This record gives sequence, structure tokens and C-alpha cells, in this order.
Amino acid sequence: MKLTLDRIWFNIFGYAAVILFSLLCLIPFILVISSSVTSESFIIRNGYTLFPQDISFEGYRLSLQNPTAIVNAYGVTILVTVLGTAISVFICTMTGYVLQRKDFKWRNKISFYLFFTTLFNGGLVPWYILCVQYLGLKNTLWSLFIPSLISVWNILIVKGFMRGIPFEITESAKIDGAGDFRIFLSIILPVSKPVVATIGLFTALMYWNDWFASLLFITDERLYTLQYFLYKLVGSVQALRSVMDKAGIVVPTLPVESMKMALTVIVTGPIIFLYPFVQRYFVKGLTIGSVKG
Amino acid sequence: MAQLEALNKRRNGFWRELTKNKVLILMVLPAVLHVFVFAYLPMGGIILAFKQFRYAEGIFGSPWVGFENFKFLFISGQAWIVTKNTLLYNAMFIAVNTVMQIGLAIFLSELAGKYFKKVTQSLMFLPYFISWVIVGSIAYNLFNFEHGALNSVLGAFGADPLDIYNTPSYWPLILVLFNAWKGVGYGMVIYLAAIVSIDTEMYEAAEIDGANIFQRIRHITLPSIIPTVVILTLLAIGGIFRGDFGLFYQLIGDNGMLRDQTDIIDTFVYRALTQTSEIGMAAAVGFYQSVMCFALIMVANWLVKKVQDDYALF
Repeated sequence: MKLTLDRIWFNIFGYAAVILFSLLCLIPFILVISSSVTSESFIIRNGYTLFPQDISFEGYRLSLQNPTAIVNAYGVTILVTVLGTAISVFICTMTGYVLQRKDFKWRNKISFYLFFTTLFNGGLVPWYILCVQYLGLKNTLWSLFIPSLISVWNILIVKGFMRGIPFEITESAKIDGAGDFRIFLSIILPVSKPVVATIGLFTALMYWNDWFASLLFITDERLYTLQYFLYKLVGSVQALRSVMDKAGIVVPTLPVESMKMALTVIVTGPIIFLYPFVQRYFVKGLTIGSVKG
Repeated sequence: MAQLEALNKRRNGFWRELTKNKVLILMVLPAVLHVFVFAYLPMGGIILAFKQFRYAEGIFGSPWVGFENFKFLFISGQAWIVTKNTLLYNAMFIAVNTVMQIGLAIFLSELAGKYFKKVTQSLMFLPYFISWVIVGSIAYNLFNFEHGALNSVLGAFGADPLDIYNTPSYWPLILVLFNAWKGVGYGMVIYLAAIVSIDTEMYEAAEIDGANIFQRIRHITLPSIIPTVVILTLLAIGGIFRGDFGLFYQLIGDNGMLRDQTDIIDTFVYRALTQTSEIGMAAAVGFYQSVMCFALIMVANWLVKKVQDDYALF
């Protein structure tokens, strides 16, 4: 590439902007990891720092000293993520397949029936009262994944993708005597792996990161999800500290600050660990996901 | 007689379709039922906005109060404050994110270095993958008065520490920055895909004709991604009355000091529902929000359709 003056200016601005923003995205993570392995007394004296100076694993030791709660929260989150994702992907792909079948007369009416809910809804309050008072979802495992099982956007993405599969495949299978559900399950689904992977990953991420359902429906500690557990714990450690401060008790031995950051690392861990492997599927997914309603 | 025949025929058509495609109908049934229960039934609950809700009497037994809930909200000024905050924050979010996403996508598409691009793109997309709970924890790490990293840095330069969590005026900037931090990577990937799909011959021809890089961006790249920009912005404007509950709730929580500057419709509804138990009030605000959202997306889509039919959402 010839380096003309406009190129030089463009490159200076370009590299500067890209590097700067990339660093801004990275630094908070380093800060959290560094704080999680810094001793409490150092944090109290000097605050959180970008590089750990007085290394101590006290925060981790204390977080994992009584691991029942964390292990339990991991269990709930994994269960909700696996169940929710499997059911959601199954229903959304099945619905998407039917709604693009040209020989299905009601496809446009049903598509509109689904799409309309993305334009208008009853709001949080009636939805909450329905879930709690009429469906009895409060403090149940169901409340963590059933209300969010159907994503109309995912159905539309599947529909758009499957439109690209020749209709002749369905037709010839029909002539061979296969039923509609069989066609979907053993012919269409296997050739739709890219779209299944995409909506599957987005759905799994949604369930893994969800805390709103817990915030609304869960008070039973055994049903805390990982995110909600962290949210609650950071809050209660803070509460504990302010009570101690007010009572004039100084307890520097309790590594509250480093423990918070250690818990943040424990909760974020799996995502950061999986990120390099799944990132490209998300990127691919965003590009096949660009369909119109 | 003819009318009856037509009616019969239509009814037969309905039943014929039902029996002919009974498997297909069974296949869409789970989604149709789920949406009916979790999206259409709550629409009926909108009547709560016109009632004084009592748990013991349920939605239908609670007494009607007409427009009292709305009257109270608008006369007390609360509705205006949360509406103003929601709209201003979202407008800022849309503007800042769109500009940053397009800018960074253009830079990434033009700069050289395969690994450089790969690594930076991964880094910029990373914050999208973590939950708002973690972001709240990170914000606490940065802005905490006693030990926050920001105050450590300020201290190192001999500056006075900032009491961020008790100073409302910092928050508009902080919220815009965190929203960009979490959301720019996602949009950038979409724009990057749109840019990569532009025919490279156009650039080659322009280069031969002596167009410099800024002219090429101005006359080839930007016009080519306009459909993507319009559709994404349209979606964002359709949701401008809907605040990002996670962002506001996890960064600010129930901090009363910051309320006037940072209370949005969604946090107001949540508080009214769960803490003060003003169910009717919460339902009224929620209803108002839904209606405004619906109206706005309809108007925006209609406008786009008028200008350029292809760019409309539906």
C-alpha cells in the first residue's frame, strides 16, 4: 500500500482510536483481577490498583471457605441455562420452520400475531402479577426460564435462514411419506446448524447473565443464580461493613474489598474462559441475523 | 342463502386447513400459547392502570379509579422527570454509540494487520458478554470513594478525591460511557459486516480516479451502509421510551442522592411495583410507556417508508 499523506493521517487517527478503545474495554477486567489478588490492608491504604503489588489470595480463600452457596448457585445457573436454551432453541426453530413453509396458509397471520408483541406489550406490572398471582411462579425454578422461553427475534432469524433452504427438500420428503415433524427434525434441523448455533449461543448467554428474573421472583436462597448471588453478596458485604463502621468496629482482618473482586472473578470466569472459543460464532451470528420482520 | 353458503365455505376452509396441516399447527402451538400467556394476557392487565390494585381482590375485583393514577403522576411531576430522563439518556446513547460504532468499524476495515484487527475486535466485543451485575461491580471498583481506582489515580497526581456516588452531575457522562463500553462492540461487528460486503471494485476504481481515503469513505463506504444505519437507528428509536433497567439499576441501585438525575421509567416502575407497592401507579406508567413506544415505532417506520420503502422495518 502506498503511503500518501491522507493515508498517514487516517492511520494515525485509526490506530489511536482503535487501540484506545480496546484498552478501555480491557482495563476494567485487569483492575478487577488485580484487586482480587491484592491484600485487604493494601487496598485500604492505597485503593484498587491496576497491577497487584501486595499479593494475597485471602479474598479467594474466604469466598471459597464455605463453597456450598457458590456451588449451589453455579448448579442453578447451569440447570437454568441448559434447560432454558434447549427448550427455547427447539421451539423457536420449529416455529421458524413452519412459518416459512409456503404451503402453510396461516403463516402470515401467525407471524403477525407473534411480531405484534415486539411492538406493543402490557408492561412489567400486569406481567409480574400474572406470573406471581395467577401462575404461582414465585420462588420456583420455572420462573427463571419459562417466562423468557420464546424470543420472537430468534424465530424471525430462523425463518429468514430457513427460507434459503430449497422448498423442494421438504416436498420430496413429503412425497417419500415423511411427516412434517419428521422432516423438520431429521432433514431441516441438521442443515440448519449455523442458525441453531447462533440463537443457541445468544440464548445461553441471556440465561447465564440473567439476574432480573431472580430479582423479581426469588427470595429462597437455594434458588439464587450466580449473577444474583454476586449481586446479593456484594450488597450484603457492603451492608455488613457499614454496620461495622457505624458501630465503630474496625475489622481490617475481614478482606471485604478483595473478596468482592474475587467473587466477581469467580462469577465471570466461565464467560471469559469460553469467550475466545465462541466469539467467532457470535460474530457470524450477528451477520446472518440481519433479517427483516 | 348465498351468504350462508359463503359462510359455510369459509368455515369449511378453516376446518380443512386445520385437518390438512394439523401437524404444522401442533408445531407452532407451543410458541403461540406461550406468547398468548406471557404477552397477550398481560395486555388485558392494562386495566390495572385505571384501578386501585389490592392483592386480596385481584385484578378484576379491585375498584376502578378512572384516570386518577395518571392524574397523580402528571400533576406531581414524577412522570415528566422520568420521561425526560429516559428520552435524554436514550438519545445520547443512540447518538454516541452509532457514531463510535461506525467510526471504529470504518477504521478496522481500512487498517492493516490481521492479528491486530482480530485482537482489537475481540477486546471491543468482550464487554457485551458480561452481565450488568459485573459491570456494577466494576463501576464500584472504579468510583468507590475510599478505595476506588479513580481516586487512587487522582491521589497519585495530588488531586482531591471525587465523591462520585454522592454527586449527581457526574452520572450522565458515566452512564453514557458505560453504555458505550458495553454496547459499541456489538454494533461495530454489524457495521463491519456491512462494510466488508461492499464491492471492492468500487474502491479500486475510485483510487485509480485519484480519490483519497477520506473521499472514498465519504462517497462509497458511508452511502453503502446507510440501510444498516437506518434499520438499527429505527429499532433504537422505537425503543427510546424503554430504558435499560440493568444499566441504571446495577450502577446506581436505590441511591436516593442520584434519583432526580438518573431515575428512568423502568426504574420508577420497578420501585413502585416492589418497594412502595403503588401497583396502580406502576401500571399507569407502564401503560403510558407501552403506548408511547408503539406510537413512536409506527411513526418512525411510516416516515422511513415514505422516504425509502426498502429501509422500513415492516
